[in-house]
Amino acid sequence: MTLPPAFADWFARSGWQPHPHQLALLEARRDTLLIAPTGGGKTLAGFLPSLVDLHGNAPKGLHTLYVSPLKALTADVARNLMRPVQDIGLAVRVEDRTGDTPQSQRRRQRADPPHILLTTPESLALMLSWPEAPRIFATLRRVVLDELHALAESKRGDQLMLCLARLRHLAPGLTATGLSATVEDPQALARFMGASAVIEADPGPAPDIALLPTRKPPPWAGGGGRHAVPDVLEAVAGAKTTIIFLNTRAQAELFFQAIWAANDDNLPIGLHHGALSREARHRVEAAMAEGRLRAVVATGSLDLGIDWGDVDLVIQVGAPRNIKRLVQRIGRANHRYNAPSRARIVAANRFEVIECVAALEAARAGDLDGEPRGPGPLDVLIQHILLTACAGSFDADALFAEVRTAGPYAALTRADFDASLDFAATGGYALRVYDRWQRLMLRDGRWQLRDPRAARELRMNIGTIVDAEKLKVRRRGRGGAILGEVEESFAATLAPGDSFLLGGQVLRYDRLREMVVEVTPQPGREPKIAVYSGLKFATSTRLSQRMLAIIADPARHAALPPDIRQWLAMQARISALPGPGTLLCETFPRADRWHLVIYGFAGRNAHQTLGLLVTRQMEDAGLAPLSFLAMDHALLVTSLEPVRDVAPLLRLPGLERGLEEWLADNSLMKRSFRSVATIAGLIQRNRPGGRQTGRQATFSGDILYDTLRRHDPGHLLLRATRDEARRGLVDFDRIGDMLARNSRIELRRLDRPSPLAAPLLLEMGRVRLGGSGHERLAERLAKELMASAGLGDLTDG
Amino acid sequence: MDEGAAGYPLRFAGLDFVARPSGALWWPARRVLAVADLHLGRSQRYARRGGALLPPYEVADTLDRLAAEIDALDPARVISLGDGFDDGPAMREIGNEARDRLDRLAQGRDWIWIAGNHDPEPAAPLSAHSLPGRSMAEIPGTPTFRHIAASGPDISGHLHPVVRLAGRNWRCFALGAGHLILPAFGTYTGGLAVTARPFRALMPQGLAICCAGRMFAVPI
Repeated sequence: MTLPPAFADWFARSGWQPHPHQLALLEARRDTLLIAPTGGGKTLAGFLPSLVDLHGNAPKGLHTLYVSPLKALTADVARNLMRPVQDIGLAVRVEDRTGDTPQSQRRRQRADPPHILLTTPESLALMLSWPEAPRIFATLRRVVLDELHALAESKRGDQLMLCLARLRHLAPGLTATGLSATVEDPQALARFMGASAVIEADPGPAPDIALLPTRKPPPWAGGGGRHAVPDVLEAVAGAKTTIIFLNTRAQAELFFQAIWAANDDNLPIGLHHGALSREARHRVEAAMAEGRLRAVVATGSLDLGIDWGDVDLVIQVGAPRNIKRLVQRIGRANHRYNAPSRARIVAANRFEVIECVAALEAARAGDLDGEPRGPGPLDVLIQHILLTACAGSFDADALFAEVRTAGPYAALTRADFDASLDFAATGGYALRVYDRWQRLMLRDGRWQLRDPRAARELRMNIGTIVDAEKLKVRRRGRGGAILGEVEESFAATLAPGDSFLLGGQVLRYDRLREMVVEVTPQPGREPKIAVYSGLKFATSTRLSQRMLAIIADPARHAALPPDIRQWLAMQARISALPGPGTLLCETFPRADRWHLVIYGFAGRNAHQTLGLLVTRQMEDAGLAPLSFLAMDHALLVTSLEPVRDVAPLLRLPGLERGLEEWLADNSLMKRSFRSVATIAGLIQRNRPGGRQTGRQATFSGDILYDTLRRHDPGHLLLRATRDEARRGLVDFDRIGDMLARNSRIELRRLDRPSPLAAPLLLEMGRVRLGGSGHERLAERLAKELMASAGLGDLTDG
Repeated sequence: MDEGAAGYPLRFAGLDFVARPSGALWWPARRVLAVADLHLGRSQRYARRGGALLPPYEVADTLDRLAAEIDALDPARVISLGDGFDDGPAMREIGNEARDRLDRLAQGRDWIWIAGNHDPEPAAPLSAHSLPGRSMAEIPGTPTFRHIAASGPDISGHLHPVVRLAGRNWRCFALGAGHLILPAFGTYTGGLAVTARPFRALMPQGLAICCAGRMFAVPI
């Protein structure tokens, strides 16, 4: 295809020149992956072939399907797409369809689909589960997969690829186009979506990136970057529009509050994160799009999508954790495609300065990090099989062949497919008791739902995002507004009267009513608690190693700010600096617990594995370990008893012996099992008639895990769980390598946290252990509670 | 006997009981063992309704633990405090292996099924389903054994009490002046926090006795 005159005119009238990659995609005949930076007209590039194809001849029926990871993005793209459609005068119907689309519109779309439909992976999976899916998608010519780099990082991508395989089957000859930001391995992403060609757009000029100079040095630990508020405000005042990224919601809330407390010029600054209500987020997005905001404080919720044309500065507060993410965030500041992106980084504490310096070096060198993808997981396949049955009966051989055309499942074995099908049909248990109640039955050689009514429940549980249960937060009183949501586990820690931050407001927790947290705003008060988890990033292995290289080499300390040099000097004086050949460990008491820190710099996954193995050894040694925290540079273990000699805990044979046993029984495995069992449909999130959280009727996935392990250890879901856990864990060899590299183990016994250890104490995301330590701790807490309630003697008679 | 001493001794309605780590209640003076909410056959019921096909091992698992208590204590009477079965059909479809096990466990003991809200068929002849024991609506007395706490003093189940402490949920006995509520014994059962309204209404003050290797109590 070439650009018809009507389109060339439109570009000219708009004062634009089509980008070379937009024209290249128009000429592409095959499935193609386009890699372009933000602001490169990527979305238009994806749609241009569709619009040209529909130009002058737009037969009834669905022509193009656009899939994006964010609901907000589909609405935004629909708006942007209407511009060329109207300006050029195309008779093309564009609509979006997400979980937010009104029922009446969904019904109409089902009977009479638009030319271009914009949707999410979950809504696509739902549409494919309808019996009329073959009719709706028969006319499909093009599929556009936006932000494919983001989708490919999770099981949503695996599900989308299975759906794409289905679409290719229903509409032979369709062309798929993937749109992605800069990634470390374009060919791998192309294989993932089954594309035979990659187009890489000109990345534009090199970005202008640096640490933001601050008047005050970063604090010793934690801090959330508040020391830099005056400097950030100054930078905001000097730019047109700024996005200020923070790594967690709680940090974003605190930073937002701090920046407003110092905002003497009343610069319009908004807040955007995933825990805010949809209305609140939409307000900020609209204000941003209209240029009414000078800055927005945001989390990963703004990582994707909406192309803020006017953003000319990105400020990353806190270490970026990951070089690729930093580069992608920097790309958000693209005033014009050909202007350099401008980004500044604020280290939240002194340890992060080293990480920031390392990340900046890597970003300038274009040295991106990323883990290779594993094969497509079986839980997603099981959900796909069940949803396929919702659409109608299927032939196992044909479905197997179709599934293998999906990139992540190209190497799927027939045995694994059959086991997945058997799980979907019978539960796949060694004890075969469900003959009468099979979910899928084989009739006349085709598989189908035994009870067609089951389709409703299956459709209600579509998707691969397994979040912590969330509770809505509502202002108390009749018709009180919904303010956002918090994790159920966070809500469970609140007592009436406690206050916390949400949406920049201090809220007092009043009560929990019908699974809604009721609160009263408390303007002007200090929040008691500001911590509710949300997304947490891990520093990549590559970045950790770059950090160790800087720390270990005093000659490179010159690149660090003076206070950091002092800090490392203090670490060297109080304890020691980690360095090659010596594994530095520290112990110290704090808050009634003993802490052990191992500076492995082996990456979070290896530390995770090491944490599980070491705590097992500690349990055996009677040290009552309570929890551990795996960071990228270090492992922190808390226990009731002190570790006096660390070397015996790190002896390889001892660690090896524990490996198989802990693989079976630890909280990480249980967490993985919950996710796997939910996606595979064993644990149902949603049931007709509403949620069941917190009632006697629901029991935890942990019980199912324990029962399966005891009675059916060979079960498919346990295997899928091990596979999943292994992806998050590094094989044992990596730990062996680390120990071999460090021939000397040095244990420093300290009476308080060392400068390097301090930041660890503030990190979230500890893995709790199920051993004797918790029982002893609970017992101790119980005694204290009894004594303080004056009930100590109630049971004595 | 030694095993009888394991657990948490408590006094209720002027009598001595032992809360066992398993979640069962032992009344040494009368050699009575009480368990609440076995919910036998839950996985069958889910499957029958077209829901998820849960691992079909919870009957075996629950009976394993019950058998361990019976072996340890040799009770004269065993009381299931209601919801012994997840529903009526579960009684019919429990399977021969489970029936045989129940038969053996009930051998030489007075075995009483109290009716619950899940299995409200006290009139259904147990023998018709080849199940041992006898069924009753409740066992009146001081204290009364029943499914749902009413006018005390009574010993009941139904609410599945749990307490949240040190970052996790513990099954627990809820002990107030007029009510003693047992944790659910069945493998596939969830829990209701003792801070929830039903408990506050029944026991403005009370104790949660947590099921753990070494049992401990917290105020409610």
